[in-house]
Amino acid sequence: MVLLLSRVDRDFSWVGAGSVVIAAVSGCLPAFGVLLHGSVEQLRLPWSVPFGEFFIELDPLSAWFLMPTLVLSALSAIYGVGYLRAWQGRRSLGPSWFFYCLLVLGMMFVLLARNAVLFLMAWELMALASFFLVTFEHERESVRKAGWIYFVATHLGTAFLLVFFLLLGRETGSMDFTVWAEKGVRTHGPANVLFLLAVIGFGTKAGFMPLHVWLPEAHPAAPSHVSALMSGVMIKTGIYGLLRALTFLGVPPLWWGWGLIAIGLTSGGLGVLFALAQHDLKRLLAYSSVEHIGIITMGLGVGLLGVSTDSPVLVVLGFGGGLLHVVNHALFKGLLFLGVGAVLHGSGTREIDHLGGLLKRMPWTAAAFLIGAVAISGLPPLNGFVSEFLIFLGAFQGGVSTGGAVAVPLFMLVAGLALIGGLAVACFTKAFGIVFLGEPRSEHVAHAHEAEWTMRLPMLILAAGCILICLFAPVVVGSLKTVLESMTGLQPLVVDENLAAAISPLSFVVLGTALFLALLAALVLLRRHLLEHRRVETDVTWRCGYAQPTPRMQYTASSFAQPLTDLFGPLLGTRKIISPPRGLFPAEAALKTMTPDFSHEAVYRPVFGRVHEWLSQLQRLQHGKVQLYVLYIAVTLIALLVWELR
Amino acid sequence: MNAFSFIPLLLALVLSPLMLGVINRTKAFFAGRHGQPLLQTYFDLFKLLQKGVIYSRTTTWIFRAGPMIGLAAILTAALLMPLGKCPALLAFPADFLLFAGLLGLMRFFTVVAALDTGSSFEGMGASREVFFSALTEPALFIALATLVRETGRLSLSTMFGQASNAHWLHSGPVLGLVVLALVIVLLAENSRIPVDDPNTHLELTMIHEVMVLDHSGPDFAFILYTSALKLWLLGALALGVALPFSSGNPWLNLAMALGGMFGLAVAIGVIESVMARLRLRVVPQLLIGAGAVATVALILTLK
Repeated sequence: MVLLLSRVDRDFSWVGAGSVVIAAVSGCLPAFGVLLHGSVEQLRLPWSVPFGEFFIELDPLSAWFLMPTLVLSALSAIYGVGYLRAWQGRRSLGPSWFFYCLLVLGMMFVLLARNAVLFLMAWELMALASFFLVTFEHERESVRKAGWIYFVATHLGTAFLLVFFLLLGRETGSMDFTVWAEKGVRTHGPANVLFLLAVIGFGTKAGFMPLHVWLPEAHPAAPSHVSALMSGVMIKTGIYGLLRALTFLGVPPLWWGWGLIAIGLTSGGLGVLFALAQHDLKRLLAYSSVEHIGIITMGLGVGLLGVSTDSPVLVVLGFGGGLLHVVNHALFKGLLFLGVGAVLHGSGTREIDHLGGLLKRMPWTAAAFLIGAVAISGLPPLNGFVSEFLIFLGAFQGGVSTGGAVAVPLFMLVAGLALIGGLAVACFTKAFGIVFLGEPRSEHVAHAHEAEWTMRLPMLILAAGCILICLFAPVVVGSLKTVLESMTGLQPLVVDENLAAAISPLSFVVLGTALFLALLAALVLLRRHLLEHRRVETDVTWRCGYAQPTPRMQYTASSFAQPLTDLFGPLLGTRKIISPPRGLFPAEAALKTMTPDFSHEAVYRPVFGRVHEWLSQLQRLQHGKVQLYVLYIAVTLIALLVWELR
Repeated sequence: MNAFSFIPLLLALVLSPLMLGVINRTKAFFAGRHGQPLLQTYFDLFKLLQKGVIYSRTTTWIFRAGPMIGLAAILTAALLMPLGKCPALLAFPADFLLFAGLLGLMRFFTVVAALDTGSSFEGMGASREVFFSALTEPALFIALATLVRETGRLSLSTMFGQASNAHWLHSGPVLGLVVLALVIVLLAENSRIPVDDPNTHLELTMIHEVMVLDHSGPDFAFILYTSALKLWLLGALALGVALPFSSGNPWLNLAMALGGMFGLAVAIGVIESVMARLRLRVVPQLLIGAGAVATVALILTLK
């Protein structure tokens, strides 16, 4: 409220960001306490909405999601202060901050709500607030279009959720989550239907392929700190919702685990392939979010297989890996989006092929982005490796002795995740290497400048988080204990025992990481010692004798990715527009590649086009003639009267 | 952990450059030449360590850090790899994931260091490197999954410790296919023929060598030593599956493993002598083929 009333732009920023930071700090403390002790805090207030009750509860599962949400909200808010300064004076920033606060509030209530009506209202609040944030630059056509795609997609998802909650309410006669969790759905038929509804409804928000169409549109359109928040934590509310829904649905049949692993493999594989084919940094990151949602879903699939086959080690490693990946992805994806924001802010473009050599002009952003890039590729010594390690370990452990029905999906996961890992390295060496290294490819870089401290600080904190989670992996994984207990209903002793199976290899991983860092330090000293009194010269890059190098001769993002995009061409449908050089003295030649989203092009556009055509017939009813409108009203009234008198 | 488990590490550190020498001598034998000394790689390393360096003006600290990160990663990976029946220094469930992760880290920094030069040649090498390695990764992991399934063990040391000649008798086809897949991975990862030619003089046709064109002096020594170690470690991985025989005497086992390693080097030399390098567009078929071979092995264990 304060934000809408206040008049001075600078105040907006500080008040907005300040209130989010205060909320985050005060919210993190109880969340941390709940995680530590496994206790549950409740608040019930009467509410006059039908079937509604103002019932919120903080249990370990909510707390686990709440922590990254609050931390990333606060850091993105601090970043936003600097980022939005460019618009100061040109645009009132009040609404933007107002909706930012509403989005954070909406996410918090989604995680805390324990009443279906309250949950759906929070869900809607979150969707609407983020819609207004996405359309911040609403004067641009592309942004408005992206906003609408997001708006329609998210409400289609909500429609499925509405049916999901109504069916559950009918099954159990209550709208209370705790009642649902206690009673559950015991019969198989309805449980299967409810599972599918939850997967589609929550999957739209999370970005499962092929429900992901809004992500690559909305993330590039939104201001960068909002993209960071949406991609880092908001899409995770879909994962949270799915997990919460699973607690209502009783013992899962085997095919649910299969299904989630299949969804995870499709989202993960296609997500990273599409990411690889992009030229727009933010679109690349958006597709990479689809990939990581896929990895998280694979973890959940392993956990579900464990529940179905009564194998606690799979439950603990699968769910544990998935949950940890939720936090890890929030850290590194938040970091990368903020980094891209700094690049955009400094250079004015997010076209990868227009950038290059930014490391020299933006050393801090580059270092933070590099850490994010290594982490997101799932490589040691950073946090992405730890969570993927748990999921892999679960798959291998489960694959050792089980029969084919469980082993086959697990081994498919191993192969798929390995391919995804290899492609992720390709994708992020491209993103980092082409943008920050080499020679500048265009004028944009010439006036690029390092971001100010309010933008740098959040990036550095997130980068530090990526390192610390790996170095303290056993502690972090240990803190999943209460979450796993409350979510799966396993005995504390069983959880402890199986978590130990994850923690002991992880402590070796930490040892290996520490040794790696020590060796690296030793090598740095060795190299310094060796070069102390030697000649260290600089010259131009070796170009095989060619004397007139230009930056345009460098490899570009598209040429770097070309072998892989060609190999996977049938899946990607990359279009090439080539005008080859002609004649003896060719003057011009051009190559343009683009990779449109297949599900957007092949499914959504035709379907929505048809729906639009069909619905526009209704426009005949709406023609602006007032006397006819009055006639409609009169006819309706008479019809109702007849109905009543019948 | 006992004193024995230091041996694989020490042998890898000391003998890995010798493997390159053996390969080169084998190739020279086939070509009817006398060939370079067996210890040539050691001489090269020694020479490079004493030189100064020259850097491109385009490059940044990434270019300087790349070789060091690569060497540190491969040295850490050397702690995890057993040699035959002799366990590694660090052995824990799923240690091969850390091994693969460290190789990935090394690759990441080799690639970004190549991109740091802004050279189109090095960009080309980098692009091919990520291309081929993305395809070898699934082959490697499926092969590992097969071994896990076959031996019921989750760490490389216990896996190789558990494997015995009984495995060759009972499930020979499985082990044979795994060895085949691992050898293809070994050749591809180490940029050997038929994937890449380490001796070519045309930058356009190279992968690994072209990425490190601009490195010089001690930096290049680090890179050379890193690739020798990588060859040794992946060789040890293939060997552990191929020769699971135990004589009962640890020293004899060790001698057998060493013999196996240099036998492998000779085999690589023979492959390089009798085969031509594949055309680039055929290489993915070979790598996907390795994945398919490993998958067949895995399916055989699922029965």
